[in-house]
Amino acid sequence: MDKAGQLKWLVALSSLLVSSAASAGWSDINMRQGVTEISHRVYELHMIIFGVCVVIGILVFGTMIVSMLMHRKSIGAKSADFHDNTKLEILWTIIPIIILITLAVPATSTLNAMYNPGEADVNIQVTGHQWKWQYTYLNDDPRKQFKYTSSLVTPQDEIHNVAAKREHYLLDVDNPLVIPVHKKVKFLVTSADVIHSFWVPDFAVKKDAIPGFVHETWAQVDEPGVYRGQCAELCGKDHGFMPIVVRAVSQNEYDDWIAKKRDEAAAVYEIVGKEWTHDELMQKGEEVYNRVCATCHQPNGQGLPPAFPALAGSAIATGPIQGHIDIVLHGKAGTAMQAFGQQLNAAEIASVITYERNAFGNNVGDMVQPKEINAMMTGE
Amino acid sequence: MSAVIEEHHHDDHHHGPDKGIMRWVLTTNHKDIGTLYLWFSFIMFLTGGVMALVIRSELFQPGLQIVEPEFFNQMTTMHGLIMVFGAVMPAFVGLANWLVPMMIGAPDMALPRMNNYSFWILPFAFAMLLSTLFMEGGAPNFGWTFYAPLSTTYAPPSVTFFIFAVHIMGASSIMGSINVIVTILNLRAPGMTLMKMPLFVWTWLITAYLLIAVMPVLAGCVTMMLMDIHFGTSFFNAAGGGDPVLFQHVFWFFGHPEVYIMILPAFGVVSAIIPTFARKRLFGYASMVYATASIAFLSFIVWAHHMFTVGIPISGELYFMYATMLIAVPTGVKVFNWVATMWQGSMTFETPMLFAIAFVILFTIGGFSGLMLAIVPADFQYHDTYFVVAHFHYVLVPGSVFSVMAAVYYWLPKWTGNMYNEALGKTHFWLSFIGVNLTFFPMHFVGLAGMPRRIPDYNLQFADYNMIASCGAFLFGFSQLLFLFIVIKTIRGGKKATDRVWEGAHGLEWTLPSPAPYHSFTTPPTNMEEAHG
Repeated sequence: MDKAGQLKWLVALSSLLVSSAASAGWSDINMRQGVTEISHRVYELHMIIFGVCVVIGILVFGTMIVSMLMHRKSIGAKSADFHDNTKLEILWTIIPIIILITLAVPATSTLNAMYNPGEADVNIQVTGHQWKWQYTYLNDDPRKQFKYTSSLVTPQDEIHNVAAKREHYLLDVDNPLVIPVHKKVKFLVTSADVIHSFWVPDFAVKKDAIPGFVHETWAQVDEPGVYRGQCAELCGKDHGFMPIVVRAVSQNEYDDWIAKKRDEAAAVYEIVGKEWTHDELMQKGEEVYNRVCATCHQPNGQGLPPAFPALAGSAIATGPIQGHIDIVLHGKAGTAMQAFGQQLNAAEIASVITYERNAFGNNVGDMVQPKEINAMMTGE
Repeated sequence: MSAVIEEHHHDDHHHGPDKGIMRWVLTTNHKDIGTLYLWFSFIMFLTGGVMALVIRSELFQPGLQIVEPEFFNQMTTMHGLIMVFGAVMPAFVGLANWLVPMMIGAPDMALPRMNNYSFWILPFAFAMLLSTLFMEGGAPNFGWTFYAPLSTTYAPPSVTFFIFAVHIMGASSIMGSINVIVTILNLRAPGMTLMKMPLFVWTWLITAYLLIAVMPVLAGCVTMMLMDIHFGTSFFNAAGGGDPVLFQHVFWFFGHPEVYIMILPAFGVVSAIIPTFARKRLFGYASMVYATASIAFLSFIVWAHHMFTVGIPISGELYFMYATMLIAVPTGVKVFNWVATMWQGSMTFETPMLFAIAFVILFTIGGFSGLMLAIVPADFQYHDTYFVVAHFHYVLVPGSVFSVMAAVYYWLPKWTGNMYNEALGKTHFWLSFIGVNLTFFPMHFVGLAGMPRRIPDYNLQFADYNMIASCGAFLFGFSQLLFLFIVIKTIRGGKKATDRVWEGAHGLEWTLPSPAPYHSFTTPPTNMEEAHG
C-alpha cells in the first residue's frame, strides 16, 4: 500500500469512530454528570484532565505527523545530527510537572470534599451478598431498624433472548434502595461473602464491599429520580446480575415510606418475639402457602412433577424438621426452589413450614417457632 | 577470561547444533532457547487470543448466547493469565536471549544450562494451568488478579493447580532474570561500558531486577492462598482474623512492577528501531536510561492506585495519587525523546518502523488514560469499568505486543538470513492497527458510560460499541495468522539479507553475518563505535 493509501485508511478509520460516536450522543460515550454536587465536581475534573490530555496529544502527535510528512527520505529529507540538548530536556521535564501540579490541586480538593461529609441524616448499611444487595436502615432502637434485600428482576427469558429486552434490562430490581432528596445519606458498605463494589455512577459513589470491613461513603441527591448502578467488583458467577437501583424521593414520600417500613418491622419484631400456638402457625402458614408456594407446589400440595415436586407425603416435608427448614431458608441449587430466607420474615417461614408438615394429609405433628427461625436467619 | 573465550573459538569448528528433537530439548544455545521462547509465546498468544474471541463473541450482543457466566469468568481469567505470563513475558525473554549476547559482544548467555531449565519448565506450568479447564468445577474463574476470598474460600478446586503453575512460572522468570543480569554484567566485550549498552540491554537489565524483586512477592501471595485453602490459616479470611485487603496490597506490590516488566523492554525495542529508520541517532540516550531507571523505581511505590476504592484513608489516597502522577514525567521524557529522534530525520516506513510509530502513538493514548485513572475522584468513576480495560489493553496490545512484532520484523533478517516480504508485513501492520483500535477504542466509551468490566451481559445502551469492539477483535485476531505465515515464509527462504540489513542500523548485532552464527561472538568485538547508534 502506498503512503497516500495509508493516510486515507487512517482518515477513514478515525472518521468512522468519530461519526459513530457523534450519532450515538454524548451520554453513551462520556461520563455521566450525575445528580450530586460531588458527581458534578468529579465530572468537571474528568473533563479537565481529558482536555489536558487532548491538548498534549494534539501537540505530540501533531509534531510526529508533521515530522512523518516532512522528514521522509522519499522526498529527499537529509537527517540532521542533533542530540542531547540539556535545556530542552529540562524544559520537557519541568512543564509536565507544572501541568501535573495544576491537575493535583482540584483533584485534592474534590477528594477532600468526598472524604469529609460531616454528620449524616440517614445511615444505611449496604451489604453485598452473592448476588444481591441487602439494605439495613440503621436505628438505635432495634424496633425501628429494618432491612430488606434487593435483587435483579429481569426475567431469564430476556437474558436468554426468548423475550424482548426492556429498557432497564439487567438494571431493574424488586426492592430499590429509597433515600430522601437534599439529605446527607451515609452508606456503610460491607459484604457477607466475597468482595463486591457498590457503584452508583450518578452519585460518583463507588466503594468496595469487603468482608470484615465497613467502609463509609455518602451522597446528597438534589433531584428526585431513579438512579441505576451495578456491582463493580468481580464476585463470582452472577457478578453481572446484581444491579443497584436507588429511588431518591421527596422528604414527605420518604417519611411515609419509612413509617410503613418501620410499622412492618415493629410488627415483625413483635410477632417474631412472641410464643405462637400450633393453630396460629397453621392459620398464618396457610395464608403464606397460598400466596407464595402454591403456584409451584399447587394448593393441594401435589406439585407439578417433575419440575415442582409434591409436598404431600414428601420426604422433606415429613422427615426431620431441620432439613425442611434448610431447604426453605436456602433454596435448592439447580432447581426453581429459591432461598426464601431472603424474602420472607421469620414468622412467615416458621408458619409455612409448620403448615406444610401438617396439611395435605401430612401429619408430622411438630412445629417450629418464629424465634428459632429468626435465630438461624441472623446467625445468632 | 580470555582463555575461556579462546577455547570456545576452538570448539566452534567441529560443533554446531545437534540434529532432531533433542537439539531443542537439550540445547544450551541462546539462539535456540530464544527461538523456543518466541514460538512458545506465539502459541500462548493464539491460545489466549482464542479465549479473547470467546469473550468478544459472547459480548457481541446483549443477552447470553454462547457461554454461561461461569465459563465466561473462566475465559476472562485464563485469557489474562495466559497473555501476561505466557505470551508477553516469554516473548521478551525470547528477545533477550536472542539479542543480549549479540548486542554486548558475548558468545552466549552466561548461564546456558539454567537458560535451558528456565524455558523447559514453562510448558509444564502452562499445561497444568490449561488442564484446569477440563477439571471438575472448571478452571480458575476469579479474574487474573485473583482477589481473595473469591480465589480462596469460594474458589473451584482447580485453584491449587493454578497456584503451582504460578510458582513454576515465577521460578522460570527468576532464573531467566538471573541469567540476563549475570550476562550483562559479566560478558560485555571490552570497551562496552554500561553507558554504551544499547537501550534494549539497559531496559532488560532493569526489568530483570524488577522481576527478581517482585516474583518472590507473587510466590508469597499464592503460597498464603495455598495455606488458607488447605492448611487452615486465615491470611486473607476475615472470619479467621485475616484481611482480604492484605491480599490486594501484596498482589499489587507484585502487580505494578509487573506492568513495567511488560513495557520496559518494549521501550528498548522502540528505542532501537526509531533511530534506524529515522537515520538519526537517539536524541537523548542518557536521559532515556535515567528515565527507565526512574520508572522502575516509581513502580515500587504506586501499587495502591489499583485499590483506590478499597477504603484507604485520605492521606494514603493522596500519596498514591501524587506518586502515580509523577510517573507521567519520565514516561513523557521517553515519548518526547522518540519524537525528537524522528524530527528532522530521513525517515522510511518499513514494517518495524510502522509498528514502532504506532507503538509511540497508541502507548501514549494508554498513558493518557493512565494519567486520568491516577486522579482519585475520577478513578472512583473509572475503576473496574471498561475504561480500565481500554487503558491497559492500549498499553499492552499496541504497546507491548506491537513492540514484539516490531522487534520480530526488525531482527528476523538477522536471525534467518532472509528478508521478510515487505508488502505482506505492511498489510499485517495495517490490519492489526485497524483491528486494535476498533477493538479497544470503543471500550473507553462504554466504560465511561458505565459498563463494569468482567460481566458476560450488559444493558442495551452499550450494545453498539460492544459490537464494534467484537468485530475489531476478530479482525485483529485473524490478522495474526498472516503474521505466522510471514514468519514461516521468511524462515524457509526469501531475498538474502545483508549483514547490516537496514541502512541506518547501528549496534554490534549488525556486524555479525546474516544469519547470525550459532555462537555469536567467539572473539570479542573491538569496534565500540557501533555500540549505541
